[in-house]
Amino acid sequence: MGQPIRRSHREQGVPLIAVVAAAAGAGIFVLPLIGLLWRALGSDVWQALTAPAVRTALWLSLVCSVSATCGSVVFGLPLAWVQARADFPGRALLRGLTMLPIVLPPVVGGVALLFAFGRRGLLGPWLDHYLGVRLPFTTAGAVLAETFVAMPFFILTVEGALRSIDHRLEDAARTLGAGRWTVFGRVTLPLIRPSLQAGAVLCWARALGEFGATITFAGNFPGRTQTVPLAVYLALETNPEAGIVLSLILLGISLAVLVGLRERWWSLL
Amino acid sequence: MSLEVCGRVTLGAFDLHVDLRVEAGTVAAVLGPNGAGKTTLLLVLAGLVPLTAGRVMLDGQPLEDTQHGIHVPPEHRPIGVVFQEYRLFPHLTALDNVAFGLRCHGRPRREARQRAYEWLAHVGLRPQAAAKPAELSGGQAQRVALARALAIEPRVLLLDEPLSALDVSTRADVRRTLRAHLDAFNGIRLLVTHDPLEAMALADHLVVLEGGRIVQSGSPADVAERPRSSYVADFVGVNLFRGRATDGHVALSGGAALTVPGAGSGEVFAVIHPRAVALHRRPPEGTPRNVWRGQIAGLDVEGARVRVRVTGSISIVAEVTPAAVAELKLDQGGDVWVSVKATEISVYPT
Repeated sequence: MGQPIRRSHREQGVPLIAVVAAAAGAGIFVLPLIGLLWRALGSDVWQALTAPAVRTALWLSLVCSVSATCGSVVFGLPLAWVQARADFPGRALLRGLTMLPIVLPPVVGGVALLFAFGRRGLLGPWLDHYLGVRLPFTTAGAVLAETFVAMPFFILTVEGALRSIDHRLEDAARTLGAGRWTVFGRVTLPLIRPSLQAGAVLCWARALGEFGATITFAGNFPGRTQTVPLAVYLALETNPEAGIVLSLILLGISLAVLVGLRERWWSLL
Repeated sequence: MSLEVCGRVTLGAFDLHVDLRVEAGTVAAVLGPNGAGKTTLLLVLAGLVPLTAGRVMLDGQPLEDTQHGIHVPPEHRPIGVVFQEYRLFPHLTALDNVAFGLRCHGRPRREARQRAYEWLAHVGLRPQAAAKPAELSGGQAQRVALARALAIEPRVLLLDEPLSALDVSTRADVRRTLRAHLDAFNGIRLLVTHDPLEAMALADHLVVLEGGRIVQSGSPADVAERPRSSYVADFVGVNLFRGRATDGHVALSGGAALTVPGAGSGEVFAVIHPRAVALHRRPPEGTPRNVWRGQIAGLDVEGARVRVRVTGSISIVAEVTPAAVAELKLDQGGDVWVSVKATEISVYPT
C-alpha cells in the first residue's frame, strides 16, 4: 500500500511556493560559497599560499587537529563504550554532558576551560605546580580546546555503533574461548570500524574548523595557537588574499568530509 | 561423561526451574514450545546466563555453583555452541570464523588456519573457505557454525534450533548431515528445538520443557507413546486427558468420566488414539463402554485420512476414512455420537 501513496505524492508535484522558498533557503547556503569562489577567481590568491604566515597556520592546524582527533579517540572510545554498555545512575547526565559542546557556543566552552585549567582556575595552579604543565595560551591548550569541541562527534558516532551491533556475536566469541579484550579487539572493534572511521574524520573536520573555544582559551599567537580559522579572521583585516585561500581550504575539506560521510553520519541523526 | 544442571533462573516474570542430566553416548534434545525457556537453559550451560541458584556440573566438576560462588566464564568452559541463526562473524571469512576459537585457545596463526581448513573440508566446505558469511547459503552457514564449534574440541556440544533458520526444502538434507556429524562427535550432545520432528529425528533422548519446567523425559518412542503434555500430544496426534482414576473410571476435570481398563488410582493421563475413536449417526449398541454425544467442530484432511474434531462433554479428535465421512454425512456443526472402547484407552500415572 505504501508504494502507490508515495507515487501519488510525486505525481502531484511540489507547490510552486515551496519551490521558491526552498530555492531561497538553498541560496543561504550556496551564495556565500559562490561569493567566496568569485572573489578567489578574481584575484591572485594562490600566491598567498607561499606566505610563511599562511603555511605556519596550516601546519599548526594540521598538528592541532590531528592531536585533538587522537585525544578524542583515546578518551572518546572508552566514554562511548561506558555510555553504550554500562548501566549506572547518572548515565543520562553523563551523556548530556559529553554532548553539550555540540550545542554550546564554543566561546562559552573556552571560558569554561579557562576556569578549569586557567592560571587561576580549578586545576590550573595544581597542574602548574606539580606537573609544570600550563595549558592556556599554549599549543597544548589549543589541542585541548579543539578536543573539547570535537570529541562529542566521535562519541556520538561510536556510541550509536556500539548500541546497534549484534551483541550476540560477542557472546558467540566468548563460547569460542575469547576473553573480554579478545572479544573487544577481534569482534567489537571490527564490527564498529566503519563508524570509528567516520567518527574520527568528522571529529577531525570539526577540530580543524574550531575557532571560539581556541581563541578564548589558547589565544591567538602565530606559530603557537593561531590555527587556520584564527588566521582567516585576522587576515581579513591585513591580508585578504591569505584569508580567502585559507577559507577555501577549510571549505573544501569540510565539504569533502560531509560528502564522503553522508551515509554513515546522516543515518545516525 | 555427564553434564548436569540443577537450579533455577529468574528473569523478570520468567522462571526456569530444571534438574537435568545428559550423558555422553546419547544425543539429547530439549523440546518445547517457544518461550518455554529452552534457549535460556542452553545459555546457562554455556555460561552466558548465570543461574539464580543452583549448579552446573561437568563430569563431577562444578562449572557453576551459586552456593560456593563458582562461575566458570564461558570462555573457560569446554563447551561448543551452535547458535540459532549461527552468529557467524560477518567480517571474517568462513576459514577465519573456524580458526577464531583455535586462535583464542593459543594456537599459532598458521596452525589455526591449517586446522580450520581441515574442519571446513570435513564438513564439505573446502571451496567456501574464503567466502564471507553473507555469501553462504543457510545450510553452508550452519556447517561453518558446526565446524567452528567443533574446532575447539569441546567436551560438550550445544545446538540451539540448528535447523529453524533453513527453508523447508533444504532442511531434510541438512538434518541428515547434521545427524552424521552428531554421531561422529563423542562428547556430550544437547540440542534444543521447538520442532518435535527435528527432536525425534536427531535425538535419542528427549526432554520436554514447558513453561520453564521439565514435564517429561525419555526416549522419543516413549515420549510419543505416553505424552505428558498437550504440546507433545498434539504433535504425536493423540488425544491426551488428565484426571483422577478410581476403580476403572477416570474422572476428568470437566465433570465427565471415561471407563478404562485396569484398576489404577490417583492422578493419571489417559491417551486415546484418534483411530480408536468411532463416530456414529445414531446411538451405538454393543461393546463400546464410552459413548457420548458431540458436535463436529471441524474436518481436516491429512493424507488418506480425515481428522474430525468433536466438541462435547469430552472433546476429542477422531480419525476416519473419507468414505466414512461421506457415509455418515459428517459435516461441520452436525451432531454425532462418539464411542471409544475401554481397552483402547491407555492409562498411566502422571
